[in-house]
Amino acid sequence: MITLSINGEKHIIDVSPEMPLLWAIRDIIGLTGTKYGCGKGLCGSCKVLLDNSPVQSCIIPISAAQGKEILTIEGESKNLQLLQESWVELNVPQCGFCQPGQLIAATALLDKNENPSDTEIDDAMIGNICRCGTYQRIKKAINRTVQLKKQS
Amino acid sequence: MNTIKNISRRGFVKSIGLASGGLILACNTSIFSDKEIKPENLINFNPNLFVQLNSDGSLTLVASRSEMGNGVRTSLPSIIADEMDADWTRVSVKQGTGDSKYGDQNTDGSRSIRYLFDPMRKMGAMAKSMLITAASQKWQVPTNECSAENHFILHSSGKKIGFGDLVEIAKTLKTPDENSLTFKDPKDYKYIGKHLRSVDAEDYVLGKATFGIDKKIPNMKYVAIERCPVTFGTVKSFDKTEALKIPGVEKIIEIPRIERPFGALGGVAVIASNTWAAFKGKEALKIEWNLKDNQNYNSDKYMNEITKNVHKNGKVIKDKGNINKAFKDASKIIESTFQLPHLIHAPMEVPTATAWVQGDKCEVWASTQTPQSARKEVVEYLKTTEDKVTINVTLLGGGFGRKSKPDYVIEAVIASKLIGAPAQVVWTREDEIKHGYYHTVSAQYLKASLNKKGKVTGWLHRFALPSISSTFVSGVEYASSGESGAATNLPFNIENHKVEIGKAPAHVRIGWLRSVINIPHGFAINVFADELAYEAKKDPLEFRLNLIGEDRILMPKAKIKFNTARLKNVLKIAAKNAEWDKELPNGHAFGLAVHYSFFSYVASIVEVSLINGKVKVHNIFTVIDCGIVVNRDTVIAQMEGAAMFGLSLTYYGKITAKDGAIEQGNFHDYKILRINEAPKIHVEIVESTENPSGVGEPGVPVIAPAIVNAIFKLNGKRYYNLPLTDHDLV
Repeated sequence: MITLSINGEKHIIDVSPEMPLLWAIRDIIGLTGTKYGCGKGLCGSCKVLLDNSPVQSCIIPISAAQGKEILTIEGESKNLQLLQESWVELNVPQCGFCQPGQLIAATALLDKNENPSDTEIDDAMIGNICRCGTYQRIKKAINRTVQLKKQS
Repeated sequence: MNTIKNISRRGFVKSIGLASGGLILACNTSIFSDKEIKPENLINFNPNLFVQLNSDGSLTLVASRSEMGNGVRTSLPSIIADEMDADWTRVSVKQGTGDSKYGDQNTDGSRSIRYLFDPMRKMGAMAKSMLITAASQKWQVPTNECSAENHFILHSSGKKIGFGDLVEIAKTLKTPDENSLTFKDPKDYKYIGKHLRSVDAEDYVLGKATFGIDKKIPNMKYVAIERCPVTFGTVKSFDKTEALKIPGVEKIIEIPRIERPFGALGGVAVIASNTWAAFKGKEALKIEWNLKDNQNYNSDKYMNEITKNVHKNGKVIKDKGNINKAFKDASKIIESTFQLPHLIHAPMEVPTATAWVQGDKCEVWASTQTPQSARKEVVEYLKTTEDKVTINVTLLGGGFGRKSKPDYVIEAVIASKLIGAPAQVVWTREDEIKHGYYHTVSAQYLKASLNKKGKVTGWLHRFALPSISSTFVSGVEYASSGESGAATNLPFNIENHKVEIGKAPAHVRIGWLRSVINIPHGFAINVFADELAYEAKKDPLEFRLNLIGEDRILMPKAKIKFNTARLKNVLKIAAKNAEWDKELPNGHAFGLAVHYSFFSYVASIVEVSLINGKVKVHNIFTVIDCGIVVNRDTVIAQMEGAAMFGLSLTYYGKITAKDGAIEQGNFHDYKILRINEAPKIHVEIVESTENPSGVGEPGVPVIAPAIVNAIFKLNGKRYYNLPLTDHDLV
């Protein structure tokens, strides 16, 4: 038995401790906002926050997530919510599939850096592929969020 | 029961003819099939297949095409809503299942708006007309004293009534004759031509959107399939011992190959209680394969073969003027050979489908671009009838043409039938890259003559590439005439023009990939034209405008005309926006390309730098003329996305085969552009009242040649083959 704490809720699951966190979240617990894209930690579609740090859940075994707080796209966090609003406002998503991972990566960035430069945005988001090519809008949405936070 | 009769009577839109000839709305008897007439529907007003107005005023509009980032779930319903004078905030969108009653649903070829703009307007106009009639009856006034505005019918006296309050009367009315419908003046459009946010935007960012891979059904099994590394190889034998030891793996079965264009490749399937177990089980299988004919496919060697085939005479498909004389009389001859590799789609969501076969019935949930083809394939495989097969279309996590081929749907149906439970087939990323329908590999040879004044007098274009037709008909060894595209319909004013096709048999499945044949042709033509400008010692922009020449209509018999004035116009605007003549920082240069595809005109000017031997694209100025625009924001987004797609293939796109097996497998060796490499994209849309034309694809073909043309200015080298990583430039 392994206990996972996801978005503030405890889940006790009976699967192999080697199972990647991604598949436990999606197939066992049933939260499908976290996506499979590559299975090798190459594309960022599966990103979640593990104790506030972004990780690629497709390569993290659940044994390594036990005892830690996991935040997925379905969860609540101040920066995530502000970013989601900007994403909608600027109509960032095209197909939308990679966007949960993009938003988690951006949340992790703003959690640590209130005023990221363009290079810092690139560095934080480089692990997230968007095949539709929404990068320009992603950058704008992050910058918009930063500006709104400054004004408030 | 009276209402059911009336609903049945309403299905009368027999046929709506279209300029593009594509759509027949066959709903002669009933708009909804019997099973869809549920008690709750009886309170609704369903004037046609696409519109359902409820008595509380809420309005459900059907999107018949697949949403894959192309924005159709927003744009198509917005056309209906605009023509109906409905309030967009009262609209919810329902996804149509795969059913010929909706007309052509094949979401590819950049044609959703092109085909459906007029039919959707008719759907809206019809609903509005009936609501006006309903109000006129209620008020006992002539219809011409009534009008519609923002979900209300207004009377000239000033009174008004909400759409929802007219449902009771409207649903008893006969549908108006199609020829009696009136349409809004385009200047009164409220949604068409404006920016509309995606109806799915919030679901996307909250993680609530349901893609194919997100479908869950009780007792559903997860399925991963190991397929032969060589295309069309088959299973000789397999050992499942180790795979069955993996916790969660329940069963191993063989999936037969279905020898149809969209049939299953066949292989060994792992049935498991979760996706990870299915993937692990697949890795643990030991399989012996019959590799068959394609095992000798080596893409390097193949490139040499097809290159040889364009260096000798091919099948002539166009011969205008006298090319030999032009070459003989030339003051200068220029020749170049272009080579482009296979590409694969790599949508972020891998091919996934869920099927539940129960007896002769089957329900499918799939991220598919072509639900009717999927339905047809399922009917064929199960030897059942269409009414027993339901294809639900989920959101697509990208398509790019991959999901136009429902082979993975059939795999899910086979698996469900064999195990007697709902089955979800999920491809791994490696499966997606190694077992796809590849964008064709190509060799092209271009030869041109210049006279003393630097005018192009002759143009020979010879190409060899495995045809998409080879996927449908075995033994095809030459490209089809449809794949001659811009090579034949060259928009340049050249007296002598010859096009030939060289032999190129296929050894993998060849399929459509975003902008398809326009990738090789757009690349070769745009790079070669730039080369000619240099040889003629002319500015590339001025030279190109002259090469296109006087304003004229090409392909005059086509229903949508190819107007060279519009082609020059997009190029001129792009040059103006980029400030083509301005001085750029040291190490920076502009490159241009302009291309007509999917009936749209696109030009891009790229600003590129070459610093320490590495290429960086800083700005892309794209201009599109796609006729009438429905959702401006979608057109801009598609141009932004197409530029990134074009950049990915320019920098990294290359699929190779060794001994018949694809060598790439994931994003480390099939790279996709990342955020730090993304330039700024500046998009301008030409204002137009022409018929709407393609948007999803035409932004792609211009990117690679524009970049290559810019690099030439920086280092004097012309790169005739891609990707740029092969030249160590990225």
